[in-house]
Amino acid sequence: MIAPDWFREDRLPHIYCTGCGNGTVLNCTLAAVEEMGWKRNETAFISGIGCSSRAPGYILADSLHTTHGRALAFATGVKMARPDLNVVVFTGDGDLAAIGGNHFIHACRRNVDMTVVCMNNQIYGMTGGQGSPTTPPGAFSTTTPYGSSEPAFDLAELAVAAGANYVARWTSYHVKELTKAITTGMQTPGFAFIEVRTQCPTNFGRHNKLRRVPDMIEYLRSHAMLVSKYDRLAREGAGVPEGTFSVGELVRRRRPVMGAKQ
Amino acid sequence: MSRVEFMQGNTACAEGALAAGCRFFGGYPITPSTEIAETMARRLPKVGGVFISMEDELASIAAVIGAAWTGARAMTATSGPGFSLMMENIGYAAMTETPCVIVNVQRGGPSTGQPTRAAQGDMLQCRFGSHGDYSTIALTPNSVQEMFDLTVKAFNLADRFRVPTFLMSDEVVGHMRERVTIPDSVEVVPRRPLAEGSLPYEAGDDGVPGFAPFGSGRSVHVTGLTHNERGYPDTTDPAAHDRLVRRLVTKVESARRDIADYEVTNPDAETVFVTYGPPSRTVEQVMRDRQDDSIGHLRLKVVWPFPEFALSEFPNAKVFLMPELNMGQMVREVQRHVDQPVIPIPKIGGELHTPAELVRVLEAHR
Repeated sequence: MIAPDWFREDRLPHIYCTGCGNGTVLNCTLAAVEEMGWKRNETAFISGIGCSSRAPGYILADSLHTTHGRALAFATGVKMARPDLNVVVFTGDGDLAAIGGNHFIHACRRNVDMTVVCMNNQIYGMTGGQGSPTTPPGAFSTTTPYGSSEPAFDLAELAVAAGANYVARWTSYHVKELTKAITTGMQTPGFAFIEVRTQCPTNFGRHNKLRRVPDMIEYLRSHAMLVSKYDRLAREGAGVPEGTFSVGELVRRRRPVMGAKQ
Repeated sequence: MSRVEFMQGNTACAEGALAAGCRFFGGYPITPSTEIAETMARRLPKVGGVFISMEDELASIAAVIGAAWTGARAMTATSGPGFSLMMENIGYAAMTETPCVIVNVQRGGPSTGQPTRAAQGDMLQCRFGSHGDYSTIALTPNSVQEMFDLTVKAFNLADRFRVPTFLMSDEVVGHMRERVTIPDSVEVVPRRPLAEGSLPYEAGDDGVPGFAPFGSGRSVHVTGLTHNERGYPDTTDPAAHDRLVRRLVTKVESARRDIADYEVTNPDAETVFVTYGPPSRTVEQVMRDRQDDSIGHLRLKVVWPFPEFALSEFPNAKVFLMPELNMGQMVREVQRHVDQPVIPIPKIGGELHTPAELVRVLEAHR
């Protein structure tokens, strides 16, 4: 699907586990970059720490693989100093919403012109499957052995509330929709946030009766509901089935932007 | 034609940064460093630069490192608690060889301590504060003029060695007002560009790799993980880690004679004060008052990498006296390089030593 000239073939073999959804997200993001017609010398990829954050290392472009949670702060420096560069950030739920939560809301508030793709597998994958701020209530992980007792963050809603100009959510099942959403995010001036619910059979699935990759992808597909229907059900007071989440475009607006191309 | 002005130390620091070509400042307000941010906020947009008030100090140094990778000269300024928060990303800057300047206008600690009082309590933190092995450069101004001059020098050293460089100031120098001579232009030593055909982390004889800014088409991968000369992670090979970290330390430590900057007064003296920062002003007062050639003074303007050879500028020294605004941080570094007794004259609480306090110790040890 993607042109091989964006791929660092000398980095193979990659470190992702069998069945990981991150490759799909990477593929969709690069397809969006291709669609935009961006060049290598005008695009920078930035990430924090975690499985998601290894993605820039496989892309043939300038890239910063930074410290845990801080990717958006590094990216803000890059974009504000060189507004002509296209900035794409890869992050994960732990990286973005736990340690990086403060940077996340402030990057949304500033509406810095960048595209942020969050691979939300609802677990700390790289450290071996500990509960994260998006681990669903009741879900099992190595640090929630009796089922998670905390409510989970809705990252897309958080981005909308904090002021991002473009917010969408899809899953690793919805590759065409996801690619289109990332492209639209790249076209929209300001902070574009695309949350991708993605499968982690190795560290999430095996504790939660979703060990097989097709089972996890089917779970994501069957629990995703188009945002228009989701909102209509909520409006009518009908409610949505347990574990269902909205997908689609949550917001596209024109708030003032920082670091836009002159 | 230079111009003469009367200004505050923190303002002089900002002016020095602007003269050196700093075009990015990311910071978070903290006493007693805030006037640096305020000056940069006012001045940077007028010279085509960017000022941004980040959400905290971790974000500030992160944004500075990001800006530095676009090729910009970038700086942040803070004080003790903020400096502590920056430590992880300072280690990242050391590991990724990102040139940047961090100004620490020191105040009393630990913790929030004395926000409006002077101290020199972060001298070891700026050398050893982040985890793992690395080396840094730290400069210590003792006047408003040096707030200007050493800020310029800090940028040049940061770019030349591709290392985070510290201006270790303090509340006294940051807030005092003095006459400053501001030259029309200053010497600027730029980063060496990455040579055609070189790998991004392939270092020459001086241990410093060439630099390819983002957007230059070289597709540089920058990671805080142990990496090879190509910049790719290589975290389990003992030889790769040894090669990288040893080079990071050696590139600075092997250039210590070149980086060193100090003043020697009365090299034949038997009793020698060793100072950095504003305690040197009290020593200068004592020497003016007494007109005594038997008192020597070594004043360090660069403390890291530590210039131990400067101590041998005093061949007749029988005792070294070290007034510091801490419980004795740099005194250990001096002690490990000399056979003579080294007497600490620690002072905490926020005020400079008085001349009388130094004279008391002087009389007791000669």
